[in-house]
Amino acid sequence: MYEFDWSSIPGAIPLLANGLLITLEVTLTAIVVGIVWGTILAIARLGSNPVLSRLAAAYVNLFRSVPLVMVILWFYLIVPQGLKAIFGNDIGDIRLTSALVAFALFEAAYYSEIIRAGIQSVSKGQIAAGLALGFTPGQTMRLVVLPQAFRNMTPLLLTQAIILFQDTSLVYVIGLSDFFGTAYKVGDRDGRLVELLLFAGAVYFVICFSASLLVKRLQARFAK
Amino acid sequence: MAYNWNWEVFLQPSVTGDDTYLGWLLTGLKWTVSLSLSAWVIALVLGTIVGVLRTVPNRWLSGLATAYVELFRNIPLLVQLFIWYFVLPELLPPALGDAFKQSHPLWQQFFSAMVCLGLFTSARVAEQVRSGINSLPRGQKAAGLAMGFTLPQVYRHVLMPMAYRIILPPLTSEFLNIFKNSAVATTIGLIELSRQAQQLVDYTAQPYEAFIAVTVLYVLINVTVMFLMRRLEEKVRVPGFIGGK
Amino acid sequence: MIEIKNVSKWYGQFQVLTECTTQVQKGEVIVVCGPSGSGKSTLIKCVNALEPFQQGDIVVNGTSLSDRKTDLNKLRSHVGMVFQNFELFPHMTITQNLTIAQEKVLGRSKDEAREKGLKFLDRVGLMAQAEKYPGQLSGGQQQRVAIARALAMDPICMLFDEPTSALDPEMVNEVLDVMVELAKEGMTMMCVTHEMGFARSVAHRVIFMDHGRIVEDASKEDFFGKPRSDRAQQFLAKILHH
Repeated sequence: MYEFDWSSIPGAIPLLANGLLITLEVTLTAIVVGIVWGTILAIARLGSNPVLSRLAAAYVNLFRSVPLVMVILWFYLIVPQGLKAIFGNDIGDIRLTSALVAFALFEAAYYSEIIRAGIQSVSKGQIAAGLALGFTPGQTMRLVVLPQAFRNMTPLLLTQAIILFQDTSLVYVIGLSDFFGTAYKVGDRDGRLVELLLFAGAVYFVICFSASLLVKRLQARFAK
Repeated sequence: MAYNWNWEVFLQPSVTGDDTYLGWLLTGLKWTVSLSLSAWVIALVLGTIVGVLRTVPNRWLSGLATAYVELFRNIPLLVQLFIWYFVLPELLPPALGDAFKQSHPLWQQFFSAMVCLGLFTSARVAEQVRSGINSLPRGQKAAGLAMGFTLPQVYRHVLMPMAYRIILPPLTSEFLNIFKNSAVATTIGLIELSRQAQQLVDYTAQPYEAFIAVTVLYVLINVTVMFLMRRLEEKVRVPGFIGGK
Repeated sequence: MIEIKNVSKWYGQFQVLTECTTQVQKGEVIVVCGPSGSGKSTLIKCVNALEPFQQGDIVVNGTSLSDRKTDLNKLRSHVGMVFQNFELFPHMTITQNLTIAQEKVLGRSKDEAREKGLKFLDRVGLMAQAEKYPGQLSGGQQQRVAIARALAMDPICMLFDEPTSALDPEMVNEVLDVMVELAKEGMTMMCVTHEMGFARSVAHRVIFMDHGRIVEDASKEDFFGKPRSDRAQQFLAKILHH
């Protein structure tokens, strides 16, 4: 029978905490940039300009049909080229930068679909009422439609954030030491991969399960 | 810094000499497709069972099913994969664990990835199945029972045929997800599409061609699946029902 | 045929039925009425055990529902039920709707089930719709199919749970006509309905319920002539003024 030995975990807590910070940094950046860029994409897609609408649709469909692993690898390939063009050859470790860019642009595609559905869930009568009050289309969108849309889709945005939090573990493919990457490296170093992987799984579970309970409670309150 | 485009790289013989680089890509495609399809079968079967259990009037069974769904939904896919691949063989009885570790590496990778993807996706399918069943009018179950059907018969003949039709669109996106998620298997070395993309970068020094080719293949898989599922939706459409003719 | 003895039922703390007692003789037509929330639909659903009850007993054709050994599925297959929202199975053609339970529950052959189903479909005047799907029929037509579907099981009695209340007014009569005909043939029927015209023409007895209790249980003549309770009088006054 396998004999568990959890002794390498306590000593590795500072390392793991550092990793968790990287995980959170990637997650939060992707949420913020993803929602802003996703909102712009959604509005462009629903807007009356056919060229912008097509471009936004193409962006969203492309990102949504390619695996996240490939997107991370793509940006790990492209971002250094871009940075070199700007800063010359002295660019240091670009793994974090390219992960941040990859996740932000990738998540924007998913967020934009949620936001688009949210905007469409606001009744046409509301837009008409906004315009009738003399708002410009832009004001109607900003003051009338978007506040209602975001209220309707908050639970979905949060659920997507939980998925995103889990997905950030995929930065493993470019060797970035996020929480999972650190756990793996520590386990590999100490020959205690079994314990470290189970520990990492448990930590993710506790965080994500608690977060999803909170979302559910929020949803129940919104439904009232 | 100019990049030297060279699309003919795919026709060159690979370093191993027995194949072209295009052949590598096709091998990757073959593994991606067979991994995804076999995991999808597992996901559909288990997802249906678990989803149905979540709706049955028995607290123990539905509680068990809920725990299953929460477990697989709240741990990252990559972590689950590593647990199946690195942890499980250690925890199995030694004879079984050793047998696994002595089998062909490709088989180990494929088996772990298939079980992992299948179970991961089954939790999501279960959620769809449950919401499909719950979206049916409550009277349907009562009507089935009133005619003398047993509860399993009500599920089999009355509830499931409609529930499946209702959840076909979200099931389609789960089906698409399984192809995308299969790329995670690259982390344990399975030579599926995204692994082959990385290998091509290493061996040919033509990264853009390799990545573009693989990206296009993923997009093609996407388009094909959507086309087939659309056809299926049309085929099972119920006349007179919402969305019917 | 149906004996309801002291039945009480709770949803958690909330009591929905309080000591309901009545019986239906073979060949009798009973109309159950009362304001919404009075428990009339719940009571009728208890008769074929679609709703469980905590106290009392219901005996259908000699079989006790509270007896744990009773095969509820078998019992239900002998008791026909028609629902407010028809509850035809939307993914099956009309013919399949009529035959599926005959085949899967009663074990009849495909041909036998089809013959029987179509016979009843013809009786409700919808032979031309046999190969259509429920969604392609009007509400009144769907409800007539639902009645045919129940009859094809050769039920010993029929339960109707507000069969016309989800229908547009112009479709009510086509369904009532089928029910009147059925009553005249001597089918044992228990009908939750507000259609007092139907009650006047074919019911033998009328049961009035309020707040989960059976307040009146009287012959048709007595009920419409001189209902004893104030609530029943108020209810009748409201309904008749519509």
